[in-house]
Amino acid sequence: MSDKPADLADLEGAALPPKLARGPWATAFAKLRSDRAAVAAFILLLLIVAACLAAPLYAGDVSGTDPFRSNLNGKIEIEGKKVPVMQPSTTGLGLGTTPIGPTWDIGPFLLGADNQGRDVMARLLYGGRNSLLIAGAATVICLILAGAVGLTAGFFGGIVDTVLSRLLDVLWAFPIYLLAISLSIVLIAHGIEIGPISITSGSLWLPIWIIGIVYVPYIARPIRGQVLSLKESEFVLAAVGLGVPAGRILLRDILPNVTTTLIVFVPLMMALNILTESALSFLSIGVQPPDASWGTIIQDGQTLLYTRPMVALAPGIAIVLTVLALNVLGDGLRDALDPRSKLRIRQG
Amino acid sequence: MLTAILRRLGQMAFVMLGISILVFLIFFATPGSDPASRIAGRNASPQTLEAVRQSFGLDQPLPVQYAIMMKRLFVTQDITSFVNRGYRVIPAVMQAAPITLSLVLGAAILWVIGGVLIGLIAAATRGSLLDKGLMVVGLIGISMPVYWLGEVMNLITQSRLHDTWLFSWVPTLGYKSFSVDPWLWFKTMVIPWFTVAVLYAGLYGRVLRASLVESLQEDYIRTARAKGLSERRVLLRHALRTSLITFVTLFGLDFGALVGGGALLTEVVFGLQGIGKLTFDALQNLDLPVIMANVMYASFFVVAANALVDMAYVVLDPRVRSER
Repeated sequence: MSDKPADLADLEGAALPPKLARGPWATAFAKLRSDRAAVAAFILLLLIVAACLAAPLYAGDVSGTDPFRSNLNGKIEIEGKKVPVMQPSTTGLGLGTTPIGPTWDIGPFLLGADNQGRDVMARLLYGGRNSLLIAGAATVICLILAGAVGLTAGFFGGIVDTVLSRLLDVLWAFPIYLLAISLSIVLIAHGIEIGPISITSGSLWLPIWIIGIVYVPYIARPIRGQVLSLKESEFVLAAVGLGVPAGRILLRDILPNVTTTLIVFVPLMMALNILTESALSFLSIGVQPPDASWGTIIQDGQTLLYTRPMVALAPGIAIVLTVLALNVLGDGLRDALDPRSKLRIRQG
Repeated sequence: MLTAILRRLGQMAFVMLGISILVFLIFFATPGSDPASRIAGRNASPQTLEAVRQSFGLDQPLPVQYAIMMKRLFVTQDITSFVNRGYRVIPAVMQAAPITLSLVLGAAILWVIGGVLIGLIAAATRGSLLDKGLMVVGLIGISMPVYWLGEVMNLITQSRLHDTWLFSWVPTLGYKSFSVDPWLWFKTMVIPWFTVAVLYAGLYGRVLRASLVESLQEDYIRTARAKGLSERRVLLRHALRTSLITFVTLFGLDFGALVGGGALLTEVVFGLQGIGKLTFDALQNLDLPVIMANVMYASFFVVAANALVDMAYVVLDPRVRSER
């Protein structure tokens, strides 16, 4: 924060010798690279993604159990002794069984087992794949839809704008989770068929589309606003004056300016989507068993909370780390690409 | 001023109509399967399916179905569950509403106080380590799933540290009626309030700090300083007042989002029998009439609350009156 008056800062800028010509993208990239927090967040994200991608390797070579099959009668060897995965309870009345706790040892049951005797660490990695995949795909869908709606509404105006804007108003006022819950509960049991497209009930596409759609107004509204002000900008007026066709103005003059906004939204939307996916899965209307996601593992761990807290703690920590890294990266991207920081995702 | 308020009311009515149509379409006209079998729940008998068709007029055209649904939701209020036969939905919603509201309101008080404190301290010490630390804490707050934080709180206060002096006062999970024992009610709600507030206080602190730092660049602040006012007075009496506008807008939005989302998850984790827990239980049995009623009532409430906030603006802020 410099406290200098704006006009003085401008003078200084003008007096500087011209720098080597660098495009706006290269400038933004250089700025991002000098942001240490953003770089650290990016590295952390890469590590998380790599670990999740290596899930089959981990399940096959390290834990050595199938994370999707219940393993109630399994035994493992710890320090030369055979130990059952589901051990007799030592708490309460001593009835029933408790899954094995964390071994804290690279190998089977690093983080212990869940209620069905499945390796929590292996499920955590497989669950991460689903969580990241759903969040990523939903982000792409959301940005494409919102970009299209925002551009159309802002650029063409008139009746098109009125209809789209009113529609966005309704979606905007609809509490996100209630909308997502309504869509999920209706589709979860029977899936959906629209013409040639059919999504079966257990498919990951259901949460992907639902999460992608519910956040459209959050992006489409600021995009529309930006297009409206771009339409009044001198370079667009000049293009109109030169007789450039509307389609070309949209693609060559307006879209590139909106692209930065969309890119700034990517990590922030990813972060929101991971939280939304985990909440839906926690409510049992997201990823369906036997598939896992971080949300479903937290739900699995709810009954074991006081005896084997690691089952619920570990996926939560994974979510916090991932979402935190995405938020930090998002802040860095915003500073790099949108120096005036006009975009704020929650306010639109 | 009156026209502005009337216009806002009209907008509210339009949005409510839109939401009700959307909910209707989602529950009754989503392609893929028979709405009757969806509403009846798992493995319903043919008789139940027939009863569902009768009760929602599913053999009639869509606009008539919409009218029937709205009438049964808001006029006769006699929607019943088909999973628990004869269970009246609307009275259950009405009974659960105060619990949700008490959770949200209590949390709101905590997070507004927390957010203002964090924002003020960070802005006053901007650039310092304290400032950076507070901003990081805020970021961690918005990166946590609320239900997970609730579980961690339960783990600490109900199990691991429950026998120490620190948390031995925490009652067992589940809602305790205010009218029976207000003090017990208060003790039950403290941890849930705190859980929700942790998430939002950090975010509000961040937003308030940004807006304070921005207004500290303004001319009137320079004037205030030139008059010789103390830095504290400049911050509290001059900068904070304008910065609170963003704060209030955000509050309206989040209050709604919370009633429709965050509170739901918090209620589930802490076993509070509010609207969220009602919805959660219905989700487990695929009990659609309950969910439909909850969604409709909760979103109408949110829309109305937001409209109220906006109208309060019109009354409070003369600039908004002339706009739009």
